Parts: sequence; structure tokens; C-alpha cells
Amino acid sequence: MSVVAENLNWGVKRKAIVLGVSLTVAPGETLGLIGPNGSGKSSLLRLLAGLRRPDTGRVEINGQDIAQVSRKALSRQVAFVQQSVATDTNVTVVDVVRLGRTPHRSAFAGWSEADETSVAEALDRVDMASRRKQAWQTLSGGERQRVHIARALAQAPQVMFLDEPTNHLDIHHQIEILRMVRDLDLTSVVALHDLNLAAMFCDRIVVLQDGAVRVCGTPHTVLTRETLRDVFRVSAYVDISPYHSQPHIRFSAV
Amino acid sequence: MAPDASEGGAGRLALFTCLSAIVLAFAVAFATAIGDYRIGLGTVFLSITNELGLTGAKVAPIEQSVVWNLRLSRALVAALAGAGLAMCGAILQALLRNPLAEPFVLGVSAGASTGAVCVIVLGIGAGSLSLSLGAFAGAFAAFALVALLSNGATSGPNHTILAGVAASQLFNALTSYIVTTSGNAQQARDVMFWLLGSFGGVRWPDFQLLLGVVVVSLVICAWMARSLDAFTFGDEDAAALGVPVGRIRLILFGVTALLTATIVSMVGAIGFVGLVVPHAARYIVGPLHLRLLPACAVVGAVFMVIADIASRVIATQQTVPIGVVTALVGVPFFAIILYRARPQT
Ligand SMILES: Nc1ncnc2c1ncn2[C@@H]1O[C@H](COP(=O)(O)OP(=O)(O)OP(=O)(O)O)[C@@H](O)[C@H]1O
Ligand SMILES: [Mg+2]
Repeated sequence: MSVVAENLNWGVKRKAIVLGVSLTVAPGETLGLIGPNGSGKSSLLRLLAGLRRPDTGRVEINGQDIAQVSRKALSRQVAFVQQSVATDTNVTVVDVVRLGRTPHRSAFAGWSEADETSVAEALDRVDMASRRKQAWQTLSGGERQRVHIARALAQAPQVMFLDEPTNHLDIHHQIEILRMVRDLDLTSVVALHDLNLAAMFCDRIVVLQDGAVRVCGTPHTVLTRETLRDVFRVSAYVDISPYHSQPHIRFSAV
Repeated sequence: MAPDASEGGAGRLALFTCLSAIVLAFAVAFATAIGDYRIGLGTVFLSITNELGLTGAKVAPIEQSVVWNLRLSRALVAALAGAGLAMCGAILQALLRNPLAEPFVLGVSAGASTGAVCVIVLGIGAGSLSLSLGAFAGAFAAFALVALLSNGATSGPNHTILAGVAASQLFNALTSYIVTTSGNAQQARDVMFWLLGSFGGVRWPDFQLLLGVVVVSLVICAWMARSLDAFTFGDEDAAALGVPVGRIRLILFGVTALLTATIVSMVGAIGFVGLVVPHAARYIVGPLHLRLLPACAVVGAVFMVIADIASRVIATQQTVPIGVVTALVGVPFFAIILYRARPQT
């Protein structure tokens, strides 16, 4: 499914937070969203996922304006992994992942074989199958993050928005999760801070600065010395990695 | 096969359902037998089956009348009030994501007391309005104010709680003002006593009304139980799971307000049940609302019937206000749950 945003604007109290963003994500593509803190990545993802109404502009998923689609119908196609979540309720890992089936179940429908399979598969995918009965509260930060990704997978979406999904993850799981997102047959938009990971796993990258798209294109065209200096205020060397032939960035301390 | 059941302990749930039904039946039977004038359990049973037209046993008419007309209706209203308050507590704890939420956080009891003093002390309605109607109107006025202050309860849990605190303070102040400026000591005491809760005056029509409200609320809430589960990680997360957050919040706040206002106007503002029972029920059947809400209803009913029995037996020749008993019974009970559920560190 394709995702198309046309001239999105959103702000609060005269402060513009997302400024005239237009972008297109092709079916099956993985789009990286990078930018400094406060550049509007999370806000843009919320607009794309339909959790906020843009002040102007529109978002189309699979050619349909999401403002015209009901919440429930939308959530059968679109999953959203938030930057951080918390709860005081004493729930188990499997309870949380089962929540992902909410959009697919009616009020009193029993728990079907298909529901169980997607939950089990999702837990497997993020390496948490052995922890299904553990209390969510007692998980480590990275484990919580993985459980939330599993929940999004259990939602069986065709489009996935992930807000810094690699937060708290060890390097093995950072790579595993991003590899999985790239290889799954779904369209995804991923906000990331690690530029090397973005280069490795994203088909294209959008650089946000102060709420507006600064540049957009393949990792090679986007991750240049000049962009890194202007947007992220770092001096860096960019060369081509011999392993995956994508740009590799090394930062200079001076 | 439903793995939902196998994993969550279907056996445990079935056992719990059977046990609580039996306990509830016994509690109601005891509540009917016990009083200033003791009636044997056998007589209680026969009186009830006689009235239902199932048997034609010989029972002293006075005993049959006491059982049926006074005590059974009272015990059943107590059960329904307990069930309703516990359900409201569970729903508000989920919607406001606050373990301290209880049916009166939205200002309903404060509003009810203001409505009650308006009728008792100020004599508004000149005798045509009953205390219950006054209390009901007051309760809804408070709820309307909270809804207004929190933009139709759509502006987040903490905002709603603060609006509830503000409304409670306002209506409590109004009550105190009215009582101190125009009431006499006796009237003030009446209002106090009524607020602490009493099942003294309830009869069958009260039962019928309350039964209707509780059943309708339970059905609506069970219908929305899955959506309530989705609120575990917050409003935005619920929206991402396809829940129409604003609509669900408004409907459920409306249902809890209606249920609480009905109960308060009938039997007073009985505290603690709505706070404690959901925690106890969650401890037994887990956090998912499709089970939690019915469990709350049953546990709340049993708790309230037992509290009513206690209120009549702890002091001879006197009835202790039910709200005092629920707190006295509830606090130790709560302490046990807190102790057993403490984080394993
Ligand atoms: N509801 C809001 N009210 C006021 N300001 C907001 C609101 N939401 C976001 N902002 C501001 O908008 C800017 C963009 O926020 P956003 O969360 O989208 O940034 P981000 O790119 O995701 O940052 P980070 O990398 O730190 O996650 C920030 O300056 C933030 O303070
Ligand atoms: Mg962010």
C-alpha cells in the first residue's frame, strides 16, 4: 500500500510544528525519517497515522483519504509503534500483544485460531515467545520496545509507522528489528536517530529540519557531509561501506 | 478451542463464578434472616418460594411479610448497589488510568449532597420533590459541570480528575454553606446520616429501577470492554488500535454518572466499595474487562450485602451507617491485597 502526504501543516497556538510536508512512500518501501530533536518526526508520524488531524493538507493510504476512513477500519491496515509508552496496569506480555488484535475483533467475538497464530508469530519474531507470561512492568526497556513491535505485528498491518523503534535495543536487536521491517511485505515509515542504521535499512530517507522536509532521496544522495553539517551540526566523513555498499558515516570529534 | 480461556485459567474462572454465585445467594439469605427479629433460614426460603408461587407452605404471615417486603428487597438493593459501584470504579480506573479513581471522583456524591440539602433544608420543590430526586438532580449537575470543565471529558485523564476535584469542592462548599446558614442541627445530622449510606427505606420499586439501570449499564460496558482494554497504554495508543476514543469516553462517563447518581440518590454515597472491589477483582480474574466487569459486579454485590449485615449486627439496637462499615471492612481487606500484590523486589 502506498502512503501519500500532500502539503501537511500542523501546529499548536501559532507555533508551526509540521510545515508543508509532502512525501510519497511506494508500496513495500521503507522510508527513513531523520532529523534533530524537535524537528517534528513524531508529529509527522502522528499525522500520517491519522492520530492527529492536519490543519491543512491530506494523507492518502492506498489512494484513500484517511480522514474519510473510520478509526477501526484504518487500524486494520495501519499500525503505529510509539516512541515510548507506559502503564500502571498489571498486564502480561501476551495480554499486551493480544491488544494488537483489537481492530480485528468484534465486541464479543471469541479468541480465534487466527488471532492466536498472529500473536504467537509476532512474539516469535521479536524473540519474546519465552516471556509471554511475564508481567510487562518487569520487562527491561528494550524488551518492552520489542513487545510493542510484536503488538504492531499482531495487528497484521499493511502499513507500519515506527517512532524510534530501536530505542533501548541492543545492537543485535536493532539490526534484527530493522531487517525484519525492511524484509516484511509492508510499507513502513521509520523515525531513526542512528544515521548508519538508516543508511543500512532504508530505501529512501527524508531529512526533517524545523518541521519541513530538507532533503529526500536515497541514502547516497541524502547523507552527505554538507547535509550532516547543516542539519545535525556535526562534522563527519562519509564513505561507502564495503559490507553493504551504503554510505557509512564516521563522526569527527573536533 | 479458545486459548483465551485455556491460558487465563478457564477452570479458575468457572470456579470463581460458581463460588461467588453460591456466596451471593447465602449472603442474601443471611441478610434476610438476620435482624432485630431473627427468622430461621428455612422460613426465609419457604417465604420466598411462597411469594414466588412455587410452594404453599405454612409460614406465619408476619414473618413472610418481613422477609419479602422488608428484608429481601433491601438485601437485593444492597447487592445491586454494590455491583453498580464496583463496576463504575473499574471503568473509571481504566478510563482515567488512575488506580485511585472511584465512582465519586467526578463530583457525583458532592453534587448529590447539595441536591439533598436543597430539598431537606431549603425546601425547594415544596414537598413535591423527594430527597432522592433532589440528590439525583444535584449529582447530574455536578457531572455536567465536570464534563464542561474538561471539554466533554476529552482533554485527558488528569484534566478530568482535576475538574472532578474542583466540582466536588464547589458542591461541598455549597452544601456546607446551606447547612450552616439555614439549617438546624437536626437537619444537618439527617443529611450527614443519609450521605453515609443507609438501606433503611428501600422497597421493591427501588429494586426494579436499580435492576434496570444496572443491567443496561452492564450490557453497555461489556459491549465496550475490549475498547477499555485498549486504554491500557493511554488515549493515543487506544486510538492507534482503532478505538474511537472521544466517543467511548463520553458514553462510559455518562453511564457511570447515571449509575452512580441513581445509587447515591437511593442509598447515599457509600464509599470504598468502588475503590476496593475492582482491585480485588483484578487480583482474581486479571485486568481484561470482559471478565473484570462481571467479576466486579459479583464481588461488589457480595461485599455490600455482607457490609449491610455487619451494619445491623455490630451495634445492638442501632444501625451503623453502611459507609462506615464498608470502610471498616474494606481497609483491612485492601491492606491484604496491597500486601500480596506488592512489587517483588
Ligand atoms: N502538543 C504540542 N504542544 C506544543 N508543542 C508541541 C506539541 N507537540 C510537539 N510539540 C513541539 O513540536 C516539536 C516537534 O516535536 P516532535 O515530538 O515531533 O519532535 P521529534 O522530531 O520527534 O523529536 P525527538 O527526536 O526528540 O523525538 C517540538 O519542539 C515539540 O516541543
Ligand atoms: Mg520523536
